[in-house]
Amino acid sequence: MTAPFDLNDDSVVVVIGTGAGGGVVANELAQKGVSVVALEAGGRYLPEDYINDEWESFGQLAWVDPRTTSGDWRVAKDFSGLPAWIVKAVGGTTTHWAGASIRFQDHEWKALTTYGAVEGASLLDWPIDAAEMAPWYDKAEAKLGVTRTGDRAGLPGNNNFKVFEKGAKALGYKEVHTGRMAINSADYDGRMACQQTGFCFQGCKWGAKWSAAYTDIPRGEATGNLEVRERAHVARILHDDAGKVTGVEYFDKDGNLQMQKARIVCVAGNSFESPRLLLNSASSMFPNGLANSSDQVGRNYMRHTTGSVYAVFEKPVRMWRGTTMAGIVQDEARHDPSRGFVGGYELETLALGIPFMAAFLNPGGWGRSFTTALDAYENMAGMWIVGEDMPQATNRVTLSETKDQWGLPVANVNFSDHPNDIAMRNHAYGRGEAIYRAVGATRTFPTPPYPSTHNLGTNRMSEKPEDGVCNKWGQSHDIANLFISDGSQFTTGAAENPTLTIVALAIRQADHIASEMAAGNL
Amino acid sequence: MTTKERKGLTRRALLARSVAAGTLAVIGAGFIAAPNGAWALEVSVISEHEMATLLQMARDIYPHDRIADQYYAVAVKGYDAEDRKAMVAEGVAALDAAAQAAGHADYVSVGWEEDRVKLLQAMEDTPFFQTVRGGLVTGLYNQKEVWPIFGYEGESFSKGGYIDRGFDDINWL
Repeated sequence: MTAPFDLNDDSVVVVIGTGAGGGVVANELAQKGVSVVALEAGGRYLPEDYINDEWESFGQLAWVDPRTTSGDWRVAKDFSGLPAWIVKAVGGTTTHWAGASIRFQDHEWKALTTYGAVEGASLLDWPIDAAEMAPWYDKAEAKLGVTRTGDRAGLPGNNNFKVFEKGAKALGYKEVHTGRMAINSADYDGRMACQQTGFCFQGCKWGAKWSAAYTDIPRGEATGNLEVRERAHVARILHDDAGKVTGVEYFDKDGNLQMQKARIVCVAGNSFESPRLLLNSASSMFPNGLANSSDQVGRNYMRHTTGSVYAVFEKPVRMWRGTTMAGIVQDEARHDPSRGFVGGYELETLALGIPFMAAFLNPGGWGRSFTTALDAYENMAGMWIVGEDMPQATNRVTLSETKDQWGLPVANVNFSDHPNDIAMRNHAYGRGEAIYRAVGATRTFPTPPYPSTHNLGTNRMSEKPEDGVCNKWGQSHDIANLFISDGSQFTTGAAENPTLTIVALAIRQADHIASEMAAGNL
Repeated sequence: MTTKERKGLTRRALLARSVAAGTLAVIGAGFIAAPNGAWALEVSVISEHEMATLLQMARDIYPHDRIADQYYAVAVKGYDAEDRKAMVAEGVAALDAAAQAAGHADYVSVGWEEDRVKLLQAMEDTPFFQTVRGGLVTGLYNQKEVWPIFGYEGESFSKGGYIDRGFDDINWL
């Protein structure tokens, strides 16, 4: 049941965005009896709607509203209008994500303390730690049904994993398995087991992968406490003379400007849209944008140090068959500065179909060097690098000269690799190529980063108000009833795929908001 | 020389080479076609020579010896349009001029792929080249008909995925 709330109802919590952060916060609050209006810029698509065709699915789900780019990252050259491959739909990027669900390592909550100051980096410790987060990770793993946690078995390994596993073990790697995945290895929580179909990135047509679109969102709606308004694009957050937020203005599905009053606003539009919205909400009282007295809104954008390694073998692999990312080597995730960089990285299996391989193997590449690689597609295996990148104050989201369909300035994403990022990526390329050579690869491809899927920082959590945008609850330092609920609150990125941590933080934040509301503090 | 005369000369020259050497395409009145008649592509806005040049250029940018011309033709047929006409005319003329400077009649009559590639490399940064190359990434590789040539199987949901159809059937490790 959808609960329609009045635009003038100022008792509701407004959640902006319905992905891993917003979708979970909205449901968790609704379960606790809190009235929630969730505003989602995209439409609603469910497993029966998902399309197992790479470009067609991209057209259905991806955020393709304008964005601009700058900096020396290769994405700015190859995909200048598409800095990120993320989703505009109910459930957000939980439709697209691969399902890899691993906890931060304990030391990664304390990056500055562990690594020491790194020149050019704006490292900081999180104001929370592993012990604080452990029970919330437990809840998140149970919600998502993460394999190899609780009593849930791992997924079986596909062909791409078997090549990866054999090479990794030949090199002496020990932590090699099919991952901790939010993809069912057996029926769980009303969702069926993985059918090894591939196309995890295009939305799971079986519903075997957890997505907020068909779990948290409908469950929240079923309480009668959550109303999701689709195709509602938030333009700005409003505040009163006391500096408290009072509501949001948004363009509804028909393009009409509406105003929803609010008791609390949770921003969860991802690490581009969330800072963009705060900046676009500038007022005479807050001329630099909301929650921005520190000038930290938009800064410290992180995207993980990524890259891929593909390799060709004498005989077929058919890497596209089966779960896209059920395979991991964790041995390099440790912090070991003797490798020439701080922090660590994970190696995870990955496959693309022919259409995306052509677009992403070597963007801009052509001629026989490129086409003979594709000719060997059937004999190809692939992996992805996910490593901790350094936060830098100048890697940031600002307002662009370009305007969107609503006339609102879009996000410009400026990013340049830190030398630590480059050293890590080169190390990972070398290890990835060695893994494949150990099983007879005849040719390897150190493939550049794709448009970002892990978008972090830009509204970071900090102990001191001058160092960041929000406190350890995601509550903005400047405005008590304004919360950051998505990956933009990450203080540092760690080496792990971020969704599990976003979900754990969202469950924890909802618990905090509900108890503060009950106590009359919010 | 008027445009019309030049076009006619080019058409005859191409036709002659085509017949003599059995190259990839012959030029008819308003269309180009495979020598074996397997396919034909009409042109109404740009010239046959321009279309033949685009086709050869597409093959040289993304050469796959097991992919027939007809798939490249599908990928470039969109250039036969009013809003592309000027760009194509200018780009093909530049390519032919470069070929002539290297001692050839025009681009399509350069015999070796590596020699044509040199001409393309020299114009790699032009909007014309980048437009054609960029368009091919989806125009060629997103044709479902070419996927089996690469061994790619496309969607598997309609067949129940690979859980019982070989997701882990690798046998050479």
